[in-house]
Amino acid sequence: MPTKLILLLFTVLLVIAACSSQPDSELDSPTDSSEYLNNVGSDTMVNLALAWAEQFQKENPQSNLSVSGGGSGTGIASLINGTTDIANASRKIKSEEIDNAQANGIEPNEFVVARDAIAIIVNPNNPIDQLSLEQLSDIYSGKINNWQELGGEDRPIVRLSRETNSGTHVYFLEEVLRLGDKEDKTLFSTDTLLLPSSEVIGAEIRQNPNAIGYDGLGYVTDDMKVIGVSDTSADPSAYIYPSPESVNDGSYPIARDLFMYTAGTPEGFVNRYMEWIFSQDAQNTVTELGFVPIITQ
Amino acid sequence: MRISRIKPESFITWLIKFTGYSAIIFVFLIFYFLLSEGIPVFGEVPFKDFFQVRWYPIEAYFGLLPLLVGSLIVTIGALIIAVPLGLLTAIYIAEVASPRTKEILKPLVELLGGFPSVVLGFLGLLILSQYLREILALPTGLSALTGSLILAGIALPAIVSISEDALDTVPRSYRDASLALGATEWQTIWWVTLPAAKSGVLTAIMLGIGRAIGETMVVLMVTGNAPMMPQGLATFVNPTRTMTATIAAEMGEVANGSTHYHVLFFIGIVLFVIALIVNVSASTFVFRRKKRSERILS
Repeated sequence: MPTKLILLLFTVLLVIAACSSQPDSELDSPTDSSEYLNNVGSDTMVNLALAWAEQFQKENPQSNLSVSGGGSGTGIASLINGTTDIANASRKIKSEEIDNAQANGIEPNEFVVARDAIAIIVNPNNPIDQLSLEQLSDIYSGKINNWQELGGEDRPIVRLSRETNSGTHVYFLEEVLRLGDKEDKTLFSTDTLLLPSSEVIGAEIRQNPNAIGYDGLGYVTDDMKVIGVSDTSADPSAYIYPSPESVNDGSYPIARDLFMYTAGTPEGFVNRYMEWIFSQDAQNTVTELGFVPIITQ
Repeated sequence: MRISRIKPESFITWLIKFTGYSAIIFVFLIFYFLLSEGIPVFGEVPFKDFFQVRWYPIEAYFGLLPLLVGSLIVTIGALIIAVPLGLLTAIYIAEVASPRTKEILKPLVELLGGFPSVVLGFLGLLILSQYLREILALPTGLSALTGSLILAGIALPAIVSISEDALDTVPRSYRDASLALGATEWQTIWWVTLPAAKSGVLTAIMLGIGRAIGETMVVLMVTGNAPMMPQGLATFVNPTRTMTATIAAEMGEVANGSTHYHVLFFIGIVLFVIALIVNVSASTFVFRRKKRSERILS
């Protein structure tokens, strides 16, 4: 009996030791090589962040940048925990996240590094070319259920959306479904398919003529059809297609800023990297990836 | 001399004891962790909120009913397909097939069990869902049915392989006795061999249920993840959202210690309890059967 007890105690102690030792080891960037930084966050931005990191490493071979996705919330949570130097986010940081960060002694510092347009996509065989923001809202809230009601074929509408953890989902909910009205409590129709990645949305759009979806302009390929969108509050007759020009001049209604957050004012290597991101070189990469650069060229 | 011989001996005994106990300790630690992260939810969300029909956690709608129904529908669908198919395959391999066919079939079935589920998920997403949508004229192929079919494929190897082993262990003399009494081969299989192997077959089905209800990646990819309430028979071909997919999709993004985080752990507790009920009911059934058959045999 005592041996059993000792064994049990020993195991419990082992497990406790294993559990408690982890949070202690803080993940500051390795102190001796100051040319290291960690960059976590938005899946929308992950391709852009990777391209930037590669480009920067090519120009500065001694530097070492680690980039990963996971979502805007994941990135900001890592910034709050101090496990990343730069957090990518496709939405603005929430006030409770700022509170959490300040409780940890971190002051999030915001940079708008690029812009993104959300394209409305359908199957190439769908005859519909244009929709208004109101129609999109009615489709996703479940008021319009057949393409016929929009002048299309007699087919049911299958709504595709990113998962609720995606910054794109939240943006679409606020700006399209609720048309920017903060008091509006409209929700996605319960039969909206919540798909885990842009790839799955793309796969369904390509094969299903009933489907409608939305995704960042950078993820749209040639075998999908992009819908022109009109902003009813501005000019209801003008259907605008997403492009760098229409996003930069503000005429395309579903576009947003892409952010990077640093802990406090960036210093040293992080600062050099952030400054480089606003250079012409880095912003050209933004254009190549289908996003919209923040400096006019 | 003597001491040096005893020392490794006692060390090995100790090691075996340790590994034996560690399995139990880990289960309790996991359970403790689930409870400690999930229980705080009762202070944060009124209990009746879990019975709402809407799951939309970012706006604090925590209705678990659609998720519970989703998990059950997909699992039941998978079992309706996998149990008869798996049982018949096992009977064919164990009782009917020639030794040569058996030698080819059994490894092939076990190979199916070795497929990573994410590969089957991809097949379901890119090929199966498209065909199902066209053949059944569904609005979308990302549905509970697609999930059930793929899950059946995942549960099948376990069911076939374990029930075939169970059928194999039934003594030759049972079959001989039955055939000698004038029973046909089919009657022997159905009334003698299968009942004699019942506990093994049941274990196989339970393991199949376990794999189906716990599978995450596949359902996340092919079921469409729409938290819908059931609508009669159409439920089987509608998109659906399971509990496992919900945890997998949302846990990575959720703020540590928030209400949503606790609710996800509460879903974990619900899954744990379901698994416990399935296992306990299976083992009580299996043990009762064993005692009775042993009594008759002795």
